[in-house]
Amino acid sequence: MAFFEMRGIRKSFGRTEVLKGVDLTLDRGQTLAIIGSSGSGKTTMLRCINFLEVPDQGTISLGGEQLLDAGAAKKLSEKELRALRLRFGLVFQNFNLFPQYTVLGNLCLAPQMIARDRPDFKKNKKQIYKEIEEKAYTLLEKVGMSEKAQSYPCQLSGGQQQRVAIARALALSPDILCFDEPTSALDPELTVEVLNVLRALAKENMTMIVVTHEMAFAEEVADRILFLDKGVAEFDGDAKVAFGGECPSQRLRDFVGSIRK
Amino acid sequence: MSFWNVTLFLLNGFKISCLIFLVTLLLGIPLGLPIAFCSMSRFKPLKILSKVFVWIIRGIPLMLQIFIIYYVPGLVFHYQLFANVDKYLLIHYGIEDAGRILAVLIAFAINYACYFSEIYRGGIESVPRGQYEAGQVLGMTKGQIFFRITLMQVIKRIVPPMSNEIITLIKDTALANCIMVAEIIKQANTLAATKALIWPLFYTGAFYLLFVGVLTILLGRLEKKLSYFSA
Ligand SMILES: Nc1ncnc2c1ncn2[C@@H]1O[C@H](COP(=O)(O)OP(=O)(O)O)[C@@H](O)[C@H]1O
Ligand SMILES: [Mg+2]
Repeated sequence: MAFFEMRGIRKSFGRTEVLKGVDLTLDRGQTLAIIGSSGSGKTTMLRCINFLEVPDQGTISLGGEQLLDAGAAKKLSEKELRALRLRFGLVFQNFNLFPQYTVLGNLCLAPQMIARDRPDFKKNKKQIYKEIEEKAYTLLEKVGMSEKAQSYPCQLSGGQQQRVAIARALALSPDILCFDEPTSALDPELTVEVLNVLRALAKENMTMIVVTHEMAFAEEVADRILFLDKGVAEFDGDAKVAFGGECPSQRLRDFVGSIRK
Repeated sequence: MSFWNVTLFLLNGFKISCLIFLVTLLLGIPLGLPIAFCSMSRFKPLKILSKVFVWIIRGIPLMLQIFIIYYVPGLVFHYQLFANVDKYLLIHYGIEDAGRILAVLIAFAINYACYFSEIYRGGIESVPRGQYEAGQVLGMTKGQIFFRITLMQVIKRIVPPMSNEIITLIKDTALANCIMVAEIIKQANTLAATKALIWPLFYTGAFYLLFVGVLTILLGRLEKKLSYFSA
């Protein structure tokens, strides 16, 4: 069994079925790129992975543990959903940093909230907060933003904001980090700095799922490709095959060709 | 009557104006919250009820609402509640106008709560959904997301429209006049009727101007304080 598996994921909004039984597998330390034209269900897929949406049908398992069987009668409680969400991180297209907090505050807020559930929280509050802050600084270092720790999001460029958003997601040490078109709201010259962070993470064997239109980047970094077409996984396999001349899916070849032109 | 005596006489009325102002804010600001949440409720009947209520309160002149609150107990229940409170407190404690002021306060609190609720609703709905979702993926609870993420952004957004309402409120207190509450303009009218002095009526404007001036400075400071981030 692979590290991360989704089987037969179906999701409808009202009468429109957006995901029509999608499978996905990913090994630990690998990077999966989800590609496909706009409206094909890529964002919805990521939202299902992050439990922002619960699929109507299908199963999700991580590290051999079944996280969700949508067919089961029992609905997940808010608390269970929260615990599941913590296993995954999500970096949004438009960053969604919290404007009223500094960069450091953005990284520390959620870890501080979660630390409240620790039994030793009252006793070791100071120590715990110190550790959270130290970890935040390490992560800011990693994305090259430690100098801006005390800045507010509105004082940063888009690329800087996105790098902070990546650090914020990493602060909770997710098993899998997801990105929804992380560079599509950025000017081309800022795209590079964000992609470099993703490259570095891939090198460190962070398990990642990246929705992207940057074909060159996907080809360079991704181990696997999932090509969604109108809610169906038209191709799911090795990145080398996906971008090679022998790619079995005509649609994928057309899609890659149309973007590269 | 000397200028000083007129000032003191008017100041007595302005105390009542300020009382109406303060109590309306104290009641209206929190009362607006449940109305706002009802207006945003996913439970349709509650939402419709709340919207109709807000429509009625905002659609009828405040002066008429004061009359309704004041006269309805007598007309419907044959008990002149506010007039009786007036009499009782005057006889036993020597407090004047208490029942009438109570009626005015009720009308004002309900009226302003409805206006505030619409401002709250606009503020809450204007916070991008992505802020909420960012909190969710970080494993925060609904309460944590509201208090730690959404609230501050809502406050920042509602300060300018709230400032407008608050400045309108001090001038609206003059409406208490309609059921003979001795607010500042009623006091000036009394001078006109009893001492044939017209100028105190115009002089009342200075009180309002001073009050609004101070308010404007305070609210401006608050707005500035919140300008360290852009939402
Ligand atoms: N919450 C929603 N309610 C209704 N329709 C939705 C919702 N989210 C997505 N959709 C629809 O699902 C389809 C796929 O959307 P999405 O997953 O965002 O595609 P992509 O990210 O590949 O562009 C679109 O047609 C979109 O309109
Ligand atoms: Mg999308």
